[in-house]
Amino acid sequence: MYSYSDFDRDFVRTRVAQFADQVQRRIDGALTEDEFRPLRLMNGLYLQLHAYMLRIAIPYGTINPRQMRQLALIADTWDKGYGHFTTRQNIQFNWPKLPDVPAILAALAEVEMHAIQTSGNTIRNVTADHFAGAAADEIEDPRPVAELLRQWSTDHPEFQFLPRKFKFAVTGSPHDRAVTHAHDVGLRMVRNAAGEPGYEVSVGGGLGRTPMIGAVVRAFLPKADLLPYVEAVLSVYNTLGRRDNKYKARIKITLHETGKIELTRLIEARFAELRPLFGGADQALLAEIEAAFAPPPFRDAPTDGFDAFYKADPVFRSWADTNLAAHRNPQYAIVTISLKAHGATPGDATSAQMRLIADLAESYGHSEIRISHEQNVILPHVHRADLPALHAALATLGLATANIGLISDIIACPGMDYCALATARSIPVAQEIALRFQELKLEHEIGPLKIKISGCINACGHHHVGHIGILGLDRAGVENYQITLGGDGTETTVIGERAGPGFAYDEIVPAIERLIAAYLGLRSSADETFLATYRRLGLAPFKAALYPAEGARDAA
Amino acid sequence: MTLPFIPKVVTANALLAGDVVYLTADDRWSRQLGDAELIEDEAHAQMRLLHGAAQRNVVVGVYLADARRGPHGPEPVHFRETFRTRGPSNYPHGKQAEPRHV
Repeated sequence: MYSYSDFDRDFVRTRVAQFADQVQRRIDGALTEDEFRPLRLMNGLYLQLHAYMLRIAIPYGTINPRQMRQLALIADTWDKGYGHFTTRQNIQFNWPKLPDVPAILAALAEVEMHAIQTSGNTIRNVTADHFAGAAADEIEDPRPVAELLRQWSTDHPEFQFLPRKFKFAVTGSPHDRAVTHAHDVGLRMVRNAAGEPGYEVSVGGGLGRTPMIGAVVRAFLPKADLLPYVEAVLSVYNTLGRRDNKYKARIKITLHETGKIELTRLIEARFAELRPLFGGADQALLAEIEAAFAPPPFRDAPTDGFDAFYKADPVFRSWADTNLAAHRNPQYAIVTISLKAHGATPGDATSAQMRLIADLAESYGHSEIRISHEQNVILPHVHRADLPALHAALATLGLATANIGLISDIIACPGMDYCALATARSIPVAQEIALRFQELKLEHEIGPLKIKISGCINACGHHHVGHIGILGLDRAGVENYQITLGGDGTETTVIGERAGPGFAYDEIVPAIERLIAAYLGLRSSADETFLATYRRLGLAPFKAALYPAEGARDAA
Repeated sequence: MTLPFIPKVVTANALLAGDVVYLTADDRWSRQLGDAELIEDEAHAQMRLLHGAAQRNVVVGVYLADARRGPHGPEPVHFRETFRTRGPSNYPHGKQAEPRHV
């Protein structure tokens, strides 16, 4: 993976020193909260419901064992022994104390990590396909481009005070695992007629209060044009974005108000001005970065051990069937380590689990670790012969749950258990759904299903693109949960449809259970997924299952 | 017709630890809602809010939260304030993990 240059190292250390001074001045009273707040937010420090929260970037979800161990050390030294991996490939610590934050940032800087631009109206952590560099269907590893974007956007003077936050997602595969069309800029690698790789660029996607799917403004952008092109996008947005109204300030509203044709024209015009200014230094830098992402030396060894174990051990088989994905080297597999043990908090890992993952990545995974936006951990390169030993080791600390892509593999934002913006809780709803379907022993029978839960309209839990989305709201002082159905976050992005009135906290799990029972009765065969069944039949039969009393009233 | 004034407490987060605190009648910041001054007069609430907000180097984000009288002092009205009195529901962290002083 990419290692910091001297420039990066000095920049991050200087920033830590600056922030340490700012914290001291706040504590001494030289800075008021109004003065300090933007400074702390620039360094990822929020004040939440019960405590401060520090959000640390894991650029494009890539992290090495040494960094993972340092996160464990931070969790043990300055927090409560765990961390929370988020839908933006960040990690959040929920309990830091203000005077300790400079020391935490210094500890991060030691391992080439930081919390810069994880908040504020800037370009946030660039997210990427969590199978990057390993997926069988990949055209090219998207991470070099993501790293180029990170370097370009970090402290970029023109883009430090954007109208609103700005999020990039990149994928190098035609199959979109990075939800690119729900980002301010989504980059999806494609090939042109001549077979050359380039990017499809979509602009103005986003979830939140006004969910919108990004508009493709360039169907094929040559790789070499990427930086001037995205700089043109940012430049147009910086000019047109609605600074007068926070709720209309995202580029999705700029797209909506300006129109795709005019916005595309403006971007292309600005691109024509900027392109000649890029003399090739960016491409030289990209070539250096690409070298840092060379694949590991894959081992050539028999996989018989895997095959025999797979036949013999049903627990291992179940895990292998759900948690492995196709690697481009057929002797290898991509392993998803579930952070969704039934009843656990989605995305949380204890310090002991972090250390185990670091050790196992070194023993079996060429020292590579990824964090997915679905709040799981990925070992992208594991030789199949090592999978039985890996599985046994994962099981020692509750990391061998076989549920990837199933009903208990739920995305949940922190919700009102932590977040100051939340309008209802998310975590206990996720916990209870997972426990309920474990109790019913229906999880594998139900098959692929994505439930995504947000505790407020800002949609950090991506509920709009869940096959079943749950949105927690405050209705007259009571937690209330709205269900959306049919959402899809892949290359066939769809915003889910609202099913009807919301459910009270103690009604939401039974409502999901009715929904699933209806699906099991409606599907054409065990191979027809929830989403496929929904697409075939539409909302009506699911609505009838969610609101049986209303059906009875209509019939009466 | 004016609606009756819903009693209030002055609450905030502590600057250093970030945890939830409440203004008491004798001008301390307590970590327990039960110790808070229950304010039943609107004008007095505004005065106490100003008093709390002025302590800019001790607390952050001072506001008035609805509360009601209970057997052990003020109690929360809204569920958000209930969560603030105890901590998250997924772990025994925050105030719920600490010995109560009733």
